[in-house]
Order: sequence, then structure tokens, then C-alpha cells
Amino acid sequence: MRQAAFRSYAFHIAVIAALFLLQYVLPAYHIGTFTRIMVYAVLAIGYNILFGYTGLMSLGHAMFFAAGAYGAGLSVYWLGFGPIAALLAGVASAFVVSLLAGIVVLRVSGVAFLIVTLMLAQAAFLATLYFNTITLGDQGIVLSLRPIEMAGLSFALSDPSVKYNVALAAFAFALLFSLWLLRSPFGRILIAVRENEARTKLLGYNTFLYRFWALVISGTLSGLSGALYCLLFAYVGASFASLQYSTLPLLYTLLGGTGVTLGPLAGTAIMYYLIDISSSFTSSYMIIVGAALLVITLWFPEGIGGWVRRFLRRKPA
Amino acid sequence: MSARKTGNPVSLSRRQILAGAGALSGLALAGQFPRSAYAAGDPLKIGLQAHRTGIGAAYGYWYERTSVAAVKVINDMGGIAGRPVELIVEDDATDAKRAGEVMEKFATQHNVDFVFGPLFGHVVGASAARAADLKMPLFIVSEGSELADGQFNRYVFQTGITNVRSQVKAISPFVIGNVGKKVTMIIPDYIFGYNHRDFFTEAAKAEGGEVKAVIAIPPTETSFTKYFSQIPPDTDAIYHVMVGPGVLTFVRELGEFFGTKGPKLFGFIDSLEAVAIASPGLEFLEGSHLWEAFPRYLSGLDTEGAKFYRDAVGLDENGANKDNAKEVSTNSHMFGCWETLFSIKQAVEASGYKGASDRKTFIETVEAITSFAEGKEHPQGEKKFIGKAHQCFGRQFISQVEGGKLKVVHTTSIEDGLYEPKADYTTQAL
Repeated sequence: MRQAAFRSYAFHIAVIAALFLLQYVLPAYHIGTFTRIMVYAVLAIGYNILFGYTGLMSLGHAMFFAAGAYGAGLSVYWLGFGPIAALLAGVASAFVVSLLAGIVVLRVSGVAFLIVTLMLAQAAFLATLYFNTITLGDQGIVLSLRPIEMAGLSFALSDPSVKYNVALAAFAFALLFSLWLLRSPFGRILIAVRENEARTKLLGYNTFLYRFWALVISGTLSGLSGALYCLLFAYVGASFASLQYSTLPLLYTLLGGTGVTLGPLAGTAIMYYLIDISSSFTSSYMIIVGAALLVITLWFPEGIGGWVRRFLRRKPA
Repeated sequence: MSARKTGNPVSLSRRQILAGAGALSGLALAGQFPRSAYAAGDPLKIGLQAHRTGIGAAYGYWYERTSVAAVKVINDMGGIAGRPVELIVEDDATDAKRAGEVMEKFATQHNVDFVFGPLFGHVVGASAARAADLKMPLFIVSEGSELADGQFNRYVFQTGITNVRSQVKAISPFVIGNVGKKVTMIIPDYIFGYNHRDFFTEAAKAEGGEVKAVIAIPPTETSFTKYFSQIPPDTDAIYHVMVGPGVLTFVRELGEFFGTKGPKLFGFIDSLEAVAIASPGLEFLEGSHLWEAFPRYLSGLDTEGAKFYRDAVGLDENGANKDNAKEVSTNSHMFGCWETLFSIKQAVEASGYKGASDRKTFIETVEAITSFAEGKEHPQGEKKFIGKAHQCFGRQFISQVEGGKLKVVHTTSIEDGLYEPKADYTTQAL
């Protein structure tokens, strides 16, 4: 058991190390692309904790993403925060929003949960437009960021390598945290809730609390992604709270494999490159993306990550 | 290979590790893109960030068509500083997220010299943020007033089209003097609408008029009659600036609500770009006034420059596609792409720009420009350019609907729309 845990951590750390090394071999464009993929993957990791492991399908994660983005962006724009303070403000905003949302949305489950999260996120989206004197509405805010000052050194967030490594650090944290969480007794109970909530209750667990904290962790990680996006790309706008940012992590997770820790990274990368490459050939690229998603859903129902995991677990002949 | 045990979450054979390493190397090699190498005769690469898809697609189509036409004209003239222009188009899907990605693609994959073209406010904001990081000159073809207010950065310019604040300031005296003094505004419930609300309220007051009510309609709305009951009964004029797919329904329902006894109408052509004025249901607009930046009908601006521009883009005298009269243009916006490309040409040739290392000189050269003369390069008319704010100012047109067509009844001067911008980007380091 301990050996299995060691191998699992070693494999995930190897993936992180490979991502670190990629920046020395990839051309500039793909370094920028992987920076974005890692930021979105943090959003998808957060989503996977709620959907993949706890079995709660949400259409409201744009609200948490936007809470992080606005928490960071507004604190820079209105309060003059530096990048690290702004990142913490973003994460704290998402944490508070997740707590409040959890109290409301966890009163229901199944399809009703999907609808309530969607409605709540739409209300949050409209709020970003309504309070436009603070958020600057759909136009959004272009940020001017101070460099990160650390140990007498200065790191400008406009530097692509700083961006990449900040995104990698956040991704590594989110990945290893999710791995640790899901191997912990808490994570096992989340899986039990997903598989059979009634039986888990019968065993004496307060499943509401487990679902609640799963949602808070999921929302806060999504907020970390939003705060990172805002700080690394110097912009926050109302479109970050739109439905698109709720459907994207769902697609990333489905594509990469629900309940697979590396699934979010795989799903995000595949989806990103599908759009990027197909848009070079046609303006109807979403048809290609849709067809590809259809194929993957039909022939790889466990997602790419699930399929790879099954492949790796096969007994050698 | 003791790690290979059934049920182990991760067990890799040497072959699998080698295959993974091979794939990684392949990925690295596959990404080798040509590096910058500028020489005389090498093309000058200009990126068009187009709204090919998404809510701005109607504009995107015409922006691209106009840009392709302008590049052809420039290349036929011998290019820019003797170098042919290569136009590289990327779709930003009218989406802020994709806009940032496209900016990076232009800068680090296509290695373009300049980028231009975004129109919608949220896309402009996201692109402007990336322009500073990438040190990429970005020429927006938008009407947002944020640039002149100092909300962007030194890499962003607006040389081809005026902004909302200037447009509203220019047309307000006509609206208050000729359409009505007591005005109710119907605006979209987002920042574009709020710009109109704020700027017109201020300008109307200065002209002795009064805004009686402002009705903000959510962008997702599909039925409008319920809002019309909020229009105060003593309203003389309705100022409307709706955009989006609900516009036709909006005008039709307005007509049904008021019949022939309603207040006079003044609108921005944004409501009806790419829509034929003679469309069924728009009869209610007969006699009403509309702002235009570039008259849709040839009769409204029959200059040599305007005719040359229309021929090159392929517009008939009604502002529609020469080959398909049903395809109506977005003429009050798309000319901005044409004029932007010619302003880039002017600045490249004046600065001696050769490649990315000359961007500082290029930017300082653009900032030193004070005006653009009317002609084939700037068919909409002469422009005054405030270099420190990176914003141009020009004339505006007010047209009246007569027999299902637009007839220009008033042309403002540049000074009518001129104001002192807050921004001074020249103080920012490059």
C-alpha cells in the first residue's frame, strides 16, 4: 500500500518535472500555451474533485473562477495590492463564495443541483454587470501589475518564463493536493458518497458535510485558477463569470477522465490544442471540436486519462 | 521491473517510458517555427484579430473583407516601405479568453509586426492587456472611450475610428436642437450603453436638453414591449442604441407600441449595421435620424476617396455587397480597418521600421502624428490625432430615413467631437 502510494506520488512528481523541463525545449508560442493549459487545468482539478470524485455535476464553476479573478483583479485595481497579496485575496474571495454557495446549493442534488448551480452562477454573472462602477462590467479591467519581490529579487509577471513557472507552481500544488486529498480517508469517503450516498450515511458519516467541504475545496481551487488567470494575463472582465467558464471545466474533466487525477491536465491540453489547430483550417472549428468530443465520448467513455490508466494497469502478457 | 503489479495506479515499462520520452522530444521538434529575419523585400506581417465567429461575426466578416481589400491596394502601390504586406487572420471568436490566446499566437508563432482589428469592448480589453506584455503594437478598431481615458497602455492605438464619447459630443447639439429636448434613452445594459448614457446626459445638459429617463435593457432580452411603458409621457425624443440579434424585434415592437403618434427617434447605426433599412418591420424608422460614422449610401459621401474605397471593398451604392445586394455592410465601422492599415503604413515609412527591435521608434513615430489627411487612405475624412492619448478624432454624419434609405442631413466638424483626453501614454516606459 505504502509502495503504491510512493509510486503514485513519484509518477505525479515526474509529470511535474516533465512540465518544468518542457519550458527549455518548447518554442515561445507553446510555452505560452502550456502556461494557459496549466492555469485552466487547476480549474479542472477543482472541478474534478466535486464531479469526478464526489459525483456532483455543477454548472456554476464560472462563479468560483470569477470570484478568484475579481478578488485578485479588484484588489490590484482599487486597492493597489501586489501580485502575491492579490492572489491570496482572490483565493480568499473564492473560499468565501464557495462557503456561501455550499449552504444554498447543497440543499438539493442530482439534476436540481445542476440547475441551482447554473442559476446561482448566472446571478453572479449579472451581478458583475450590475455593479459595473466597481467591476467595469463587460469591458473589464486591464491591470498594471507590480513585479513579485522575493528575497531581494524581482520577478516581472510580464516575463513568459515567470508566468510559466508561477502557473507550474500552482498546478503542482493543485495536483499534489488533489492526489493527497483523494488518497486520504476524507477522499475515500467522497468516493463512497459518489458511489452510494445512502449506504455511506448508514455507516454513520455526515454526507452533507463531506459534500459541503468537497464543494468548498473545489470552488477555492477554481478561484485559484481565476486569480492566476487574472494576474498572469493582466485582465479581468464579466465574461469570466459567463456560462462558458462553467462548461469548460466539465468538458476538460469529461475529456481527460473523471476521477483521474491527471485527467484534468490531459483534457485541458487536448481541448486547447483541438481548438487551436482546427481554428487554423476553418472558422467552423467548433464542428471539428464537437465531432472529436463525440468520438472520445463514444469510444473512450472513461476519458483519455481513464483509458491510459486502464492501459497502464493491464497485466503484461 | 518490480513496479509492474496489477492494480498499481502507475506502473511503467521501459518501453512505455521511452515512448513517452520520444513523444516529448517529437513535440519539442514539431514546434520549431521560423525565427524573425527581416530583410528588404521580406513581407511585413500584420495580424488581423477578427471576430469571425461569436456575437461580433457580422462585423468580423466585413472587417476582414475591408482589410483584405486595403492590403491588396497597399501591395499594388508597392507595399509598405518597399515590403509586401502579408495579412494573417486569426479568429478571436469575439471572446476575451480567446483574444488573449490569439495575441500570443500572433506574437510568438506568426511573429507578426503589428496587430489590429478588435472591436467589441471585452475583447479589446483582454487584447490590450496582452499587448503590453508582448510589447506588440495593437491598433484597435473599436469605439470604446477607455483608451483615451487612460485605461490601456502605450502599445494600444486607435488611429482609424473615433470613440463613443467624441461621437456623442458631436451629435448632441443636433439631437437637442432638431429632434427633441426631453429625451428618453434606451440602451443595452452593459458598459457600451452606460458610455452613451453618461456622455449624452452630460452633453444634452450643456445644450439645454434633459434626459427624462434611461431604460437599460439586458443584452439577452428578446421581448421589449414591457420596457416601453417606462418611457415618460412628456418625452420628445427616444435615443436608442441597441445592438445584437434582438434589434429588429426592438424596432418592430417600438413601432407597434407607439403607432404614428410616438416621440421622434434618434438612434446610432450600431442598431442597424448589416441590416437593410428597407427590411420589413423597419417602416417605423421612416423620418427618424441615425448617427453614421461613414454614410452607408454613396450619395452621403460622394468623394473620390470614398468611391475608391467602396470600389476596392466591393460595395454598391447602397452600401451592400456588389455581388449580393442582400449582404449589407457594417460601413460605419469597417472603414476603420482600412484607415488603420494606412496609418500603419504611414508610421512604418516615417519611422524606418525594419523589425521588432524598431518598435520603440515606431510607437514614438505614431505618437508624433497630428493628423491624417482626407483621401484614398482616409476616405471617411480628415482626422486629428492626439498622440499622447493614442486617439483620433474625426467628423460624424447624421442621416434621416427617407423612403427606406438613409440621407445625410448634417455633418459635424472634427471640433464638434473634440475633447481633452485624460490619457498621456507618453509618460509610460517602453
